[in-house]
Amino acid sequence: MSTEMEHNNKTAFFMGIKHGVPIAMGYFAVAFTLGIVAKKAGVTALQSMIVSATNSASAGEYVGFTLIGVNAAYLELAVMTLVANARYILLSCALSQKFSDKMRTIHRFLLGWFITDEIFGISVSVPGKLNPFYTYGAAAISIPAWSIGTYLGVVMGNLLPENVVSALSVGLYGMFIAIIIPPAKKDKIIACLVVISMLVSYLSSRLPAVAKVSSGTRIILITVIISSVAAILFPVKDDKKEAA
Amino acid sequence: MTHNIYIYMFIMAAVTYTIRVLPLTLIRREITNTFIRSFLYYVPYVTLAAMTFPAMMDATASPAAGAIAFVFAIILAWRGASLFAVSVMACLMVFIVELMPFIH
Repeated sequence: MSTEMEHNNKTAFFMGIKHGVPIAMGYFAVAFTLGIVAKKAGVTALQSMIVSATNSASAGEYVGFTLIGVNAAYLELAVMTLVANARYILLSCALSQKFSDKMRTIHRFLLGWFITDEIFGISVSVPGKLNPFYTYGAAAISIPAWSIGTYLGVVMGNLLPENVVSALSVGLYGMFIAIIIPPAKKDKIIACLVVISMLVSYLSSRLPAVAKVSSGTRIILITVIISSVAAILFPVKDDKKEAA
Repeated sequence: MTHNIYIYMFIMAAVTYTIRVLPLTLIRREITNTFIRSFLYYVPYVTLAAMTFPAMMDATASPAAGAIAFVFAIILAWRGASLFAVSVMACLMVFIVELMPFIH
């Protein structure tokens, strides 16, 4: 598969679509719950679909919609979008090592749109160098599923019974858990950080003095402090660089 | 002051795209600073963990349902369930727990 896919754009594209199907199914369900969040924030179906198509980022969009819902300042939205999506910096760095020297620069600009956790995951694990058309194939099926799912979440969220909406509202958190737990299982430091972060987050949301600070600001502070301390105490060795 | 939704949307798209495209286009070499690399490595886990708990319990009609689904999702993810499966099963668990008359 590697040689043919590396050199034949059409083969790579269709292989990407095929591998993108399970991603698209997951995205559709999760995006639906994201649409419910968007609706609560007062964002219309079309607007939320545009946000999903232009961002393709679960945690980032979730934070964005939540902040829009509370009429947050533009700067707070920008900073929180940056924090929620900071992991893409790492993913992009890792993916840049998969490119052939011959690949045209335009592909770097296009690929930048599609680096989600899952699309990154399949793109970085192809044998040999990455043919960008493989990633385009995966994105061609999963990003529309993500966008349409968000649209339908806004439109149909209020047609659903209250207990169904309550159930669907944890879909995103389920996805976040599915992202952080497998690395935590492999790495005790990450496992400890996950537990500590949750504890601190819980305490800061319940302590009267700290709970007054907006949840967005609390999460920035928690992230910067805990990650910095962890980076000083447990510097990452070279072999972990692509584990994220 | 009420903010413009389209400016909000533009900020989200611009920040997200910039984050992804800058390393792809500018940094053609590996980051060598150990602190920055380590910090970036830990950021996603800390952020996602802090965003998930306790928010997951506050999202559902009954906090107990959210808490049970939280534990259930961790067990499933630990046992290697896919992103799709963990997400759907967490929803299903909330639905089932909230059907029980003694949980409020």
